[in-house]
Amino acid sequence: MTFRTPTGGSIDRNTLLHFTFNGRPYTGHPGDTLASALLAHGVHQIGSSVKLGRPRGIVAAGSEDPTSLVQVEAPFSEPMLLATTVELYDGLVARGLAGQGRLSPEPDPARYDAKHEHCDVLVVGAGPAGLVAALTAARSGARVVLVDEQNQAGGALLGVDEYLDDRPSAEWVADVVAELKSTPGVLVLERTTAFGMYQDGFVLALQKRTDHLGFAAPASVARQRVWRIRTRQTVLATGAHERPVAFADNDRPGIMLASSARTFLHRYGVLPGSRAVVFTTDDSAYCAAIDLAESGVDIALVTDARPEPPARLAAECAARGIEVRAGHVVAGTDGDRRVTGARIAPLAATSPDLTVDCDTVLVSGGWNPVVSLFSQARGKLRYDAELGAFVPGEELPTVRVAGSATGELDLGACARQGRDAGAQAAAAAGFTPGGQVPLPVSDSRCTARSGLVLWRVPGDDDASFVDLQRDSTVADVLRATGAGLRSLEHVKRYTTIGTAHDQGKTSGMIAAGIVAEELGVELAEQRPTTFRPPFTSVSFAALAGRDRGELHDPVRVTSIHPWHVAHGALFEDVGQWKRPWYYPRDGEDLHTAVLRECKATRESVGMMDGSTLGKIDVQGRDAGKFLDMLYTNMMSTLKVGRIRYGVMCGVDGMVIDDGTVIRVGEERYLVTTTTGNAAKILDWMEEWLQTEWPHLDVHCTSVTEHWATIPLVGPRSRDVLAAVAPSLDVSNEAFEFMTWREAEVAGVPARVCRISFSGELAYEINVTAWHGIAVWEALMAAGEKYGITPYGTETMHVLRAEKGYPIIGQETDATVTPQDLGMSWAVSKKKPDFIGKRSFARAENNRTDRKQLVGLLPVDPAVLLPEGSQIVETDRLPEPPVRMLGHVTSSYPSAALGRTFALALVRSGHERIGETLYVPVEDSLVPVTVTESVLYDKEGARRDG
Amino acid sequence: MQLIPCPWCGPREEAEFHYGGQAHVAYPEDPAALTDEQWAQYVFFRENPSGPFAERWSHHAGCRRWFNAVRDTRTHDLLAVYRVGEPMPEVTA
Amino acid sequence: MTVSPLAAWRDRLAALAPVLDVAEVPFRSQLTVRVSDPDALAAAGSALGVPFPSAACTFTSGTGPFGDAEVLWLGPDEFLVTASPGLQVTIEEVLRGALGTAGGSVVDTSAQRTTVVLQGPLVRQVLAHGCSVDLHPSSAPVGTCVQTLLARTGIVLQVTGEDRCTILVRSSFAEYFAAWLADACTEYLAVA
Repeated sequence: MTFRTPTGGSIDRNTLLHFTFNGRPYTGHPGDTLASALLAHGVHQIGSSVKLGRPRGIVAAGSEDPTSLVQVEAPFSEPMLLATTVELYDGLVARGLAGQGRLSPEPDPARYDAKHEHCDVLVVGAGPAGLVAALTAARSGARVVLVDEQNQAGGALLGVDEYLDDRPSAEWVADVVAELKSTPGVLVLERTTAFGMYQDGFVLALQKRTDHLGFAAPASVARQRVWRIRTRQTVLATGAHERPVAFADNDRPGIMLASSARTFLHRYGVLPGSRAVVFTTDDSAYCAAIDLAESGVDIALVTDARPEPPARLAAECAARGIEVRAGHVVAGTDGDRRVTGARIAPLAATSPDLTVDCDTVLVSGGWNPVVSLFSQARGKLRYDAELGAFVPGEELPTVRVAGSATGELDLGACARQGRDAGAQAAAAAGFTPGGQVPLPVSDSRCTARSGLVLWRVPGDDDASFVDLQRDSTVADVLRATGAGLRSLEHVKRYTTIGTAHDQGKTSGMIAAGIVAEELGVELAEQRPTTFRPPFTSVSFAALAGRDRGELHDPVRVTSIHPWHVAHGALFEDVGQWKRPWYYPRDGEDLHTAVLRECKATRESVGMMDGSTLGKIDVQGRDAGKFLDMLYTNMMSTLKVGRIRYGVMCGVDGMVIDDGTVIRVGEERYLVTTTTGNAAKILDWMEEWLQTEWPHLDVHCTSVTEHWATIPLVGPRSRDVLAAVAPSLDVSNEAFEFMTWREAEVAGVPARVCRISFSGELAYEINVTAWHGIAVWEALMAAGEKYGITPYGTETMHVLRAEKGYPIIGQETDATVTPQDLGMSWAVSKKKPDFIGKRSFARAENNRTDRKQLVGLLPVDPAVLLPEGSQIVETDRLPEPPVRMLGHVTSSYPSAALGRTFALALVRSGHERIGETLYVPVEDSLVPVTVTESVLYDKEGARRDG
Repeated sequence: MQLIPCPWCGPREEAEFHYGGQAHVAYPEDPAALTDEQWAQYVFFRENPSGPFAERWSHHAGCRRWFNAVRDTRTHDLLAVYRVGEPMPEVTA
Repeated sequence: MTVSPLAAWRDRLAALAPVLDVAEVPFRSQLTVRVSDPDALAAAGSALGVPFPSAACTFTSGTGPFGDAEVLWLGPDEFLVTASPGLQVTIEEVLRGALGTAGGSVVDTSAQRTTVVLQGPLVRQVLAHGCSVDLHPSSAPVGTCVQTLLARTGIVLQVTGEDRCTILVRSSFAEYFAAWLADACTEYLAVA
């Protein structure tokens, strides 16, 4: 049996769409939602409820629906969509859910993106008020954005067949939209839900761009887009949602909001059933009853909770043979998977006096203005006792509300509000109103008389559902108040009402009303629950947008990177940088490759890409003075042409970075930072210069990426350098350790520094990044006869660890001083002050049991300690709590030492040298000998080659 | 995404900025002359008011300038911004 | 032999032509000038033949002894001088001379950032996918120069013409920028 009307609705009846729901094939038309297409086939039950497993159907026609959650399976599996907002497409496969969906284990192949948009006036909602507001603002010349969640403008007009200015309302809507779209500076976004409103006119809106195309959606077009709208003024014309009434067994499929049934009729040409009982507390349901009756639905009875029904509407009902019972309510229903009867009772009585057979119950308990965005914008709400709803309770400087979102239900008045709001918003944004937009005149038979505020019908509270999605009942609310809860926020959390996908659009107000009733307080004195984004569900895919895959986070690369890729390097992430980790040769694993790279470097020559090191040019008359304050050691005494290693501390005396300082000229230094800290240290320098010492003539400029930096390391490095830099005297006498020279290297102007992070003879060659790869290749060629070996960060770490050189961030956290690292030699005793100095004198910094950097040699030279392992004192674990002495910071096998070794921070470590301590590794305690941190070439004999 | 009005670049999204903690905490003239407790006050202790709070921000992704802002910690509203070296303006929360 | 950060991207960027004309302009001379003394700024402008911008978030351009050059405002005492390739050493000397005893600094940062020119009617649309600054001509007229974020990288963005922007991006981020830009054009390319 079909419930599709012979004519009407904005669907394309000439085109048939095939879809599958719960395994059964159905058909529908373009313009349908999944819900309307199912209703056309008489399918009301969508799924079942999350806790009680009760059948659940379709309550509303839009995004306020609490129950019609489905899992769409094709073209891509997507959970927790509302059948009422899924536009039908050919091939759609869906099934109903019981409150929980299933995330696809496959990556979503669709594109999602984001776009920034700036405007003077944002209008949310393209109903009559929003359309007039947008057009008024547009005619003033303002930049206007109009967003609306439906696939066509019109708002509430889409659900009625009323006339505006003596023509179908769709024509009036089309004219307004056409003018808007042809006005420069106006952007009309359909299928776009403003889901979050934040400070400073920032509104997030989700546009569903190709969802409705299903399999036909082009892969190149972003399926959904998050619009990041920045607006000066906002007009919220977000409309109102019809409110149900809680009564016993009010959750059966076939029980629907009256206006939603009317929307299904007029927008989709679908009847909700054959025989309906209407239960209302206000006028608007009469129009639904009359329209449905005229379309062939048998309206068995209209129960109006009010003692006096509206005379004119009651007469219209009578003229159509529809019985109206005033002072009556639906107090219960019969049925299983579909409602089969309504139990009618006088409002005041406790027991039903009549059961009416029906397959549909249409409910109207009044209207809730949609105030979510207004509330998110920190607008205060006010309880309107006549409406039985919270309405905007104050004016905001940049946010205006118009239309039924204010509680106004008359179309003409809504449009007037829209015009006023649009004009005021444009004026507030600095625009002079243009041509006055005429207000449409409606022929609606439904007057805007407020109804009776009724939250619930007395009856079986355990079966009277407030939040149909959460299976929360009147009884649950009473339990909450009975437990002493008085705040709506607390009741919400206790009952979970309003915490589902719909955020309580149909349930929140009823819950609030019942709480107030039970507590005997005025709702006006109750604070409504806080509305939070998102207004409707937003998928993580949409929020992630294009920040996926290779664009998830920037990958920073050096100028030499292509060579590393071409030569099979494996990479390590260091901050956002990709750094070569090691260069495996056939079949090598990490350890084998690193042992080879280390051996080659210590015995002949290796080189690496050090371009990621942070580099900061420090210039000015006071540069030396400034660096003296930043580093623990003295930099102003450094001679031009020389280099000094330095440590930087925070004011708390803890090491924050280290690196070399090159004196380039009398008033110019180049400092290097660790790879990960480059930006932080530049900020740190600027912070002191700008906020504490603005009188100093010092300027800092990042040159990190200007230079390609290549450490050339090992006893043969001198030979290799000599070969590519014939003009440079590379002898130890002419080019001392910790000095630098300008020279041509491979024909390119270079700055060569004699520094070493491995203990070996080494040079660091710096050239403009454009020359990086050419110089690298020249060095490789020149070193070929020495078996020059490119090495990565792992080998660098082993080589430096063998020398006991700490890595900031690996050997240190924010609790390690230079003294802890055994670097008292790098802390000036002469300087009157430097950052951190005063902290070195604090009692805490002078405790003898501070954790200090030491070496650890496992007694079994083959045992590799896992980095991060704890260190304990005894060979047997005592009862917890076990005293931890420290932890392993670095641990490697060493080619040079012929064994494994580790660095560790150990309590009183410097005093423990020679002791045996223990490291729990899996189930055993590994004995280790504490040593000095320098394990290789303690005399420094290899430094000069 | 809040807008922070950089005194030089104008309003920009907060993602362009770094937070720098309480403003007007000057580096002591002579740290060596301070007791451990006085020094600890400078290093570790900051105000935590409910209401207007003068703090430092850096327009990290923009002009790289440090500046001061008075923020109402209850609402996050920025009540005023001013350049380093300028006195904190009168604000009404 | 020199290689610019986006050399490997030349063809891929050129393929965006139906949407945007995109090309790296490699090896430009770039010097970071830090100075606040107005006389020194004026002297530097005279030496370059291009006055230094006096308004925040703008750039100036002109022709002088070093040919066409531009001066970009990066901060209240920070500017980026850009000119044709190969002039950085000379310009650095001349500018340092112009600053004289006023303090400040001049640093060759030519390879620190690379320059990419984007041209076409959709340039603002494409950039709006990742740039939160309002690029509407009423807010960002020709002559605008902002340092901001594009997606997840910092950029310097110059509005150089009605449908034309120049973007300077840190060399290490250049490939990310190019990948982001190419991806941003996907949808427009499909339509074009």
